[in-house]
Amino acid sequence: MSYPAVGYQGATLNPMSETGTMRVKSGLAEMLKGGVIMDVVNAEQAKVAEDAGAVAVMALERVPADIRRDGGVSRMSDPAMIEQIQETVSIPVMAKCRIGHFAEAQILQALEVDYIDESEVLTPADIAHHVDKWAFTIPFVCGATNLGEALRRIAEGAAMIRTKGEAGTGDVVNAVTHMRAVFGGIRRLGSLRGEELYAEAKELRAPYELVRWVAENGRLPVVTFTAGGIATPADASLCMQLGADGVFVGSGIFKSGDPALRAKAIVEATTHYADAEILARVSAGLGEPMVGISTSTLEPSELLETRGW
Amino acid sequence: MTIGVLALQGNFREHAAMLRQLGADVVEVRLPEQLDGLDGLVIPGGESTAIARLMRLYGLEEPVRRFEQPIFGTCAGMILLDRAHLGLADLEVDRNAYGRQLASFEADLELAGDDEPLRGVFIRAPRVADVGPDVEVLAEHAGQPVLLRAGRILVASFHPELTADTRVHERFLELVGEELHVRA
Repeated sequence: MSYPAVGYQGATLNPMSETGTMRVKSGLAEMLKGGVIMDVVNAEQAKVAEDAGAVAVMALERVPADIRRDGGVSRMSDPAMIEQIQETVSIPVMAKCRIGHFAEAQILQALEVDYIDESEVLTPADIAHHVDKWAFTIPFVCGATNLGEALRRIAEGAAMIRTKGEAGTGDVVNAVTHMRAVFGGIRRLGSLRGEELYAEAKELRAPYELVRWVAENGRLPVVTFTAGGIATPADASLCMQLGADGVFVGSGIFKSGDPALRAKAIVEATTHYADAEILARVSAGLGEPMVGISTSTLEPSELLETRGW
Repeated sequence: MTIGVLALQGNFREHAAMLRQLGADVVEVRLPEQLDGLDGLVIPGGESTAIARLMRLYGLEEPVRRFEQPIFGTCAGMILLDRAHLGLADLEVDRNAYGRQLASFEADLELAGDDEPLRGVFIRAPRVADVGPDVEVLAEHAGQPVLLRAGRILVASFHPELTADTRVHERFLELVGEELHVRA
């Protein structure tokens, strides 16, 4: 028996159906778990990413390594380029807006991107406030360097967190530092007595209710990926073993010698992150990795991770 | 009973947690040999293109086709079980038929044989376009079948693992129990 296609008309179709609930927003992130989200700058790269098994692509005009090299103000991508990528791939398409730039976010929602990344990789538009993400139907992912920052973003409505790392460096050290801060912070909360959580919420500069939820459940209430500096299958495995739900790879793929091969290897490494034999096999013969910059040589003014309040 | 959850990518952890809550032993399946000795298999939601690619790459397609116990597929799992993929359920499924994430929604569903509504969470959901004669529709939304049974195969275009309601998983475990009984 065949069923004719019914054009979906949102909530009007059924008074009991709701779009844009937190469950629907965080639900998409739940489906991305165990996967790799890749930065792409054009439709051709998006296709390479999809064919390699990426679970989503991040459409942006320049990968972080080029943003770092070029300097200047970095903004939301050209909608025409985002639309071209949407037409090319069937997997979710994400795009970045500047921190606090809710007008860019409104445009991205009008374009029907699947996720908005309010990202420190772009030049911040507001030095005190992030976007009120509850006001949107499209879910947001936000960066965090520690538990308090992650909880502040969730309080603002973020439906997914990614630890920041230091984008565009190919150096995984800051990603590791931030994961240890977030996941270690969660473990520490679990050891506190009830009355100690009130003082801890003040220390974390985060709402008490969220702090208590994390203490009781031993995890963030939303999916937590890792980003910033991941360049090899081993890097992806390291992040997954430290507790990440999945990984974002920015410059690491398309700034390497053989992007298609490396993309596939990082996807396999993310699935089989605990199987060292498979990791050894997929790590072999990948060609040149991105050259990278050691984050310890960067001036404080060059760091992207410190953007976000 | 021991249930495998295909853990190549996607929402496998929530399925595993719900099955454990209902008393099942759970094994994560990433390689073909991990299918041995299972009483049932769950293929979770995720990105069907990514899961299909990893299944092919790690030699899981044929072993899953030959797997004789009940299988429960949600969202991407439903796509992978259809005529165009593993061919285990007599269904034609359209991917992302409701549109992009903006159209993702949750709604109350009427579950066959149950008065209590079931909250269905639909994330970039697939749509069943055609069903074979032996397929039973267990729940619909706006005239579209969203929970179906084809013999030992149970499929849902929504995500029962994203709510606290365990009824769909209970039905799957009943199916597993019936099959165990038949084989015993």
